Amino acid sequence: MLKLKVNDIDVEVEEGTTVLQACEQAGAEIPRFCYHEKLSIAGNCRMCLVEMEKSPKPIASCAMPAAEGMVLKTNTEKVKKARKGVMEFLLANHPLDCPVCDQGGECDLQDQSMYYGIDKSRFKENKRYVPEKYMGPLIKTQMTRCIHCTRCIRFATEVAGVPELGAIGRGENMQITTYLEKAMESELSANVIDLCPVGALTSKPYVFEARPWELKKTETIDVMDAVGSNIRVDTYGWEVKRVLPRINEEINEEWISDKTRYACDGLKNQRLDTPYVKINSKLKPSSWDEAFKVVSERISITKSEKIAGFIGDMTNMETTYAAKDFFEKTIKSENLESRYEKLYINTNVRSNYLFNSSIEGIEKSDLIILIGTNPRFEATILNSRIRKNYLKNKTEIISLGDVGDLTYPYQVISNYTDTIKDIIDNKHEISEKIKKKKYPSIIFGQSVLKLKSAPYIFEEFKKYLLENNKISDDWNALNILSKNSSTVGSYDLNVLSKNSSYEIFNKLENNNFEILILFGQDNLNFEKKNEFIIYIGSHGDKGASIADVILPGATYTEQDGYFTNLEGKLQKAYKASYPPGEAKEDWQIINELSSFIKRKNLYKDKNQLIDSLINYLNLNNKNETDFEVPEYNFKSEKIITEEIDYYHSNVIARASKTMSECKNIRMSLPKTGTDN
Amino acid sequence: MAVKKISKVQPEKFEFNKKNNETAESIIKNYPSGKQQSAVMALLYLAQKQNDNWIPLSAMKYIAKYLDMPYIKVYEVATFYSMYNLTPVGKYFFQVCTTTPCMLRGAYNLVDVCKRKISEEENRLSEDGKTSWLEVECLGACVNAPMLQLNEDYYEDLDPTKLEQIIDKISNDEVPKPGSYRGRLSSEPENTRKTLIGNKNA
Repeated sequence: MLKLKVNDIDVEVEEGTTVLQACEQAGAEIPRFCYHEKLSIAGNCRMCLVEMEKSPKPIASCAMPAAEGMVLKTNTEKVKKARKGVMEFLLANHPLDCPVCDQGGECDLQDQSMYYGIDKSRFKENKRYVPEKYMGPLIKTQMTRCIHCTRCIRFATEVAGVPELGAIGRGENMQITTYLEKAMESELSANVIDLCPVGALTSKPYVFEARPWELKKTETIDVMDAVGSNIRVDTYGWEVKRVLPRINEEINEEWISDKTRYACDGLKNQRLDTPYVKINSKLKPSSWDEAFKVVSERISITKSEKIAGFIGDMTNMETTYAAKDFFEKTIKSENLESRYEKLYINTNVRSNYLFNSSIEGIEKSDLIILIGTNPRFEATILNSRIRKNYLKNKTEIISLGDVGDLTYPYQVISNYTDTIKDIIDNKHEISEKIKKKKYPSIIFGQSVLKLKSAPYIFEEFKKYLLENNKISDDWNALNILSKNSSTVGSYDLNVLSKNSSYEIFNKLENNNFEILILFGQDNLNFEKKNEFIIYIGSHGDKGASIADVILPGATYTEQDGYFTNLEGKLQKAYKASYPPGEAKEDWQIINELSSFIKRKNLYKDKNQLIDSLINYLNLNNKNETDFEVPEYNFKSEKIITEEIDYYHSNVIARASKTMSECKNIRMSLPKTGTDN
Repeated sequence: MAVKKISKVQPEKFEFNKKNNETAESIIKNYPSGKQQSAVMALLYLAQKQNDNWIPLSAMKYIAKYLDMPYIKVYEVATFYSMYNLTPVGKYFFQVCTTTPCMLRGAYNLVDVCKRKISEEENRLSEDGKTSWLEVECLGACVNAPMLQLNEDYYEDLDPTKLEQIIDKISNDEVPKPGSYRGRLSSEPENTRKTLIGNKNA
């Protein structure tokens, strides 16, 4: 520990901290543009100057390592004058266009010029002009405003892992650009908008939409993938204007993926805002009462075992729990399922379906093996953690099969299940590696869990890890990477059809059901024949197109709801907006439908539902599971990592114009790209 | 000096010839293994020499792959240094120094001559396609200001008429004598020498 004095306050800091961090620990605020906690140090904006005893000149605190016995002053006249000088230079070439700049109101330069700026400019020469640069469909550039902090370059190179941004030219003529002005090929690209301290990089879809002080800000969580990134949703009236990241060191740090940020315009397109009933094979708008009547009549004349329900990929836990109660108490059917394909999930222990190394924990992992997963598209934020680990420790990363660019190098080995058998039988070189390493992480994707030999792979691998003491209280090497935000939550609620022979899917394929209730489920793979399909959801997509009755529901920004992320963290999404038109919150629909069928509500109000839900979760519900591990055999087959249509992976993203644009550009890249 | 323009006409392919390949390999060996990126400046210069004194985009890509570094990083270096030409230059390439000492001694008169006799704009080929010119920063021959660099040689102590004569000669494919144009030996005092008089070699 180093002892320093900042403004006559004694502080003790760890070795390796910078003077800037030390000053902050002492409670002194240091203005900065280029310095950012998560990026490397550049030291080129000079805004963080402080006075140090025995130094003739003020020092750049962000780039100076703290040392024993330093005496620092951050509020003297000299410091203030130095910063004023720096600010004057920064403003010399900065246009005076705050009234038409989207950053206005949340601009670091604007804020700090209030403290350190002067009211008029002594710069009489012409200001420079920099042509706009094309950086893709998400980032709007106005490079004349750029102050060359290089945060965006460092972010692209270090965190996103796509070294495509750079500074060309020099001196006054320096310009930030992508190589030959191509779109940034990253799923984290839009984070540079948050990083930009001025209005040089702003959000293209949000351009001239609103001022920050006009927006209602709701702190909530994201449901685009199973990571559960912490976000802030900004709304103007009903409309969700934008989504920004919130800092959560355990999950998303400061970043969110482009889908999380920009799929929000899908919340206003393709919405179901009134109930529909199919009359003469045509969907006609109707009233709630009418729709409920049709549904309840149909349900009351159908045998309960002929009714099946499927939970969707973005359904919150309240809805799932209500659906479970609805099926158990109202319909008395066991056919409720949260998976959409035959995934092998052993629900006996919670750790069987979690990402046990945890998102933060993956950073200390010393060997990462990817089996049937492409984390870049399945969990972008997690992938950036793996990259961070790789950059810090040069960790060995192995993948079964080539899954494309993951932004870090990895070793590709044979993607046949035989490889896994070899590892388990200690015949593969990787077996030794796993044994030797203290914190190995084996990441199973959903693509491997749907294989015929999934039970063998999962159970035997788990046994192998247990034998080698890699599953303990200290570290659990077994990780399942779930793709959807509702997945882990519904496993926790035990919403899986009872046996492991996937009877429900076989029946579905053979058209054995008479009524299907889809709770926002759009991914089912079956051919509709005579089923009567009830779709409860928010968007007119695949599910609604085959439905006979549509009951319009709410999205994640329009209702409070719990979600459990892939590492098993229970988080709550808050209501930022309200459902459009006649649409209702999902649990309400189920509750009212129940009262139509049984003349009795499932719950008095939402509090009762939540109490009951939390109670269920606390009661360690795993006692209830009667999961029996089936008899399994090894089968040699190829592990094909399912390719994900990243920008179109769920109904909200599919309804989003921005996402479609991103997809088109990504698809056209290899064709027009100049890579030979 | 604005950001360098990139030529619109670009050759499709670039590869080091055999000799340059060997040179490049030996340059890379000067650096510790894994730090081969340090050779980027030398390699860009090699590519420029090989390709009629300018670097096409394909050469930047070739070098980026050669040194295993991102394209943009090579591009940054190539646009940063003024010694790399990113558009085709003439067979005779005039680089007129316009930094303070030369400017005070009349470098802009030389620039005017270039504009008149070679081409209106910097980095544009003359009508016969043989010459082009460029304003550059200090070339380090301030004692002989104003001066310019023609290909690899310095032409010093110039004035507009002398430069016109040089350009005329060049257009007839005669290469004029480099050095001072006021009869000085390198940078010795013009009139009577007052220092190092006893030194024979001075």
